[in-house]
Amino acid sequence: MIHAYQLVVLIPYAAALILVAVPGYRVGAAANVAASAATFAAGLWLVVGEGIVSDYAIVDEFNIVFIAINTLVGFTTALFSASYIGHEIETGRLSPSFVRFYHAMFQAMMGSMNLSLIANNIGVMWVGLELATLITVVMVGLYRTPQAIEAAWKYFILASVGISLAFFGTILIYLAGQPALGEGVPAMTWSLLQAAAARMDPAILDLAFIFLLIGYGTKVGLAPLHAWLPDAHAEGPTPISAVLSGLLLNVALYALLRFKMLVAGQPAALDPGPVMVVMGLVSLIFAAFMLYQRRDIKRLFAYSSIEHMGLIVFAFGMGGPLANFAGLLHMAMHSLTKSGIFFAVGHIAQAKGTQRIAEIRGLSVTHPRLAVVFALAVLAICGMPPFGVFTSEFMILTTTFAREPWLALLPAFGLLVGFGALLMRLQDTLFGEPVGPAHRVDASSVPMVLHLLLVLAAGIFLPPLLVAWFQRAAELLG
Amino acid sequence: MKGLAFDLAHLLAGGLVLVSFMLLYQNRLYSLLNVFALQAVVLALSVAWQAYVQGAPHLYVTAAIAIVFKAMVIPIALHRIIARLGIHREVEIVGSLGPTMILGLGLVALSMVVMLRVTADADPLGREDLAFALSVVMLGLLMMVTRRNAVSQVVGFMSLENGLILAATGAKGMPLVVEFSVAFSILIAFIVFGVFVFRIRERFDTVDLEALDRMRGDRR
Repeated sequence: MIHAYQLVVLIPYAAALILVAVPGYRVGAAANVAASAATFAAGLWLVVGEGIVSDYAIVDEFNIVFIAINTLVGFTTALFSASYIGHEIETGRLSPSFVRFYHAMFQAMMGSMNLSLIANNIGVMWVGLELATLITVVMVGLYRTPQAIEAAWKYFILASVGISLAFFGTILIYLAGQPALGEGVPAMTWSLLQAAAARMDPAILDLAFIFLLIGYGTKVGLAPLHAWLPDAHAEGPTPISAVLSGLLLNVALYALLRFKMLVAGQPAALDPGPVMVVMGLVSLIFAAFMLYQRRDIKRLFAYSSIEHMGLIVFAFGMGGPLANFAGLLHMAMHSLTKSGIFFAVGHIAQAKGTQRIAEIRGLSVTHPRLAVVFALAVLAICGMPPFGVFTSEFMILTTTFAREPWLALLPAFGLLVGFGALLMRLQDTLFGEPVGPAHRVDASSVPMVLHLLLVLAAGIFLPPLLVAWFQRAAELLG
Repeated sequence: MKGLAFDLAHLLAGGLVLVSFMLLYQNRLYSLLNVFALQAVVLALSVAWQAYVQGAPHLYVTAAIAIVFKAMVIPIALHRIIARLGIHREVEIVGSLGPTMILGLGLVALSMVVMLRVTADADPLGREDLAFALSVVMLGLLMMVTRRNAVSQVVGFMSLENGLILAATGAKGMPLVVEFSVAFSILIAFIVFGVFVFRIRERFDTVDLEALDRMRGDRR
């Protein structure tokens, strides 16, 4: 019998194979939505079901959070993309055969990310992330403009180097696990490695963690390894920007956190916490300042993603049940809000025919409904109450303040700086005299409103069930 | 036998580091490709020797991939691309050779110090292979940094990846090595495909990455 954990990987891959053969973008888009919905259903089934630990797959309280977010946002992005991609064909930016290719790649990417998330083997996890990276490279270069190709090439080279270094770290982990677990597959299996962490050589673990931090950290977009991220976000199709920010960064973060748990299991090895705190803070503050100089609206939110990933890594670096809980919550909230923002940005780009902030003015006059949703989404990502991002940011800051009062000043400072930049840009786009064209928007607004409602609901009331679930995941993180 | 196995493994892994140094100072693209093919052959020999010593027949597949794919298919494909793009005489090294070579020596010394100190208790063959492998990885990175041309960056990445395969085969009994070498081959095929299909030349009249830098989105 096929189990749900196999379904979350098999459905997308099977759909990718079918979608390659489906002519006509309408049918393709519908099939894409259907496959994503089926994957989401399988993901929900995993959420309510029992945990699994087999030779190659693992589903525990920790990674189920990631799988749930991944399948949910995958589904809503497919919905958004279905209504968005028609416009790209009409304006001639994409040909129908490219759209067919795009749908197949979208499913293959979702399958690879899910593979990476459920793998109980550090090697399989690496392969999943590598495949997902390769596919996003193709997607980023999809429009084949000089800028898109430059972005794809840069992403490609940096991500390949990152992923190669992560592979070296993976080999070192195997080398560390081998004396305790024997040769072969067991020394690459998460669940066994985790249990045997205390018997591993601390020096090898230290070295492995450094390689893994740099390698997977490149994929998380931590400064100073972030150079690929803004370009990749700005030049690809908008649904891909949403998936990059909302999901792929999370998958890389998941890998990093798993290794953090492993290294933390050996008390004699270096403490990953402080290293992550420093890298997180550097990313947060650096990205917050960079926000002021952006002229392209997708680049602006790409830097905002670096900022938030920095904050999340900071929270996990602090560690402890409360900070881990806040980090997980912030990750979930950021995924939902940021992909919602990218949906809105897709609408805006279609309405105004440009991504340049200077040419987007007076949205509140020309597109009042879109302007309201966009404004609320940006306020949400800025951390304004009553949205969920406020809750998680508040928790991160208060728990830091309770433990290291002086340290709490730095993330608070970074968040304030970022807040100012985003608010300034928001004002630019919403108000003033409308300039340039104002097209009708065809894309569906359901996905972005849905994301915003979820974030709002989480900010007002977190169901006890969800709280208990996140708490168990936070405990696993240590 | 133990002594011979050890010495030969050392010789081949050391040879790989040496060829990495040779890659660093090639300033013609064709000769760069020839040296890369040589590196792939040395890698294949090294992997095959490991397969024999460890009694792990599946590693022969990795060796075969190295010899067929990296020593033949990729260099020939790149050769053709270079001929078609007409860039075979381009000399493109950032900075001068002397400091680059000295930096390379420093990186090798660093890899040795780090790996040998850290893995003091591990299996001696594995740990020394790993030290050589890290040197190859570092030299590959150095090469990517000191080259401006897209094709030679790709060669730098491939030599980096050769180091990773050496590390994976050196770690005794590591599973999935064949799968990894296939995954890496896909990655490389992809890059080579990318150089060609993206037609960097056609769009920018050069494969020099500085031309790409001028296309930076924010300065539009």
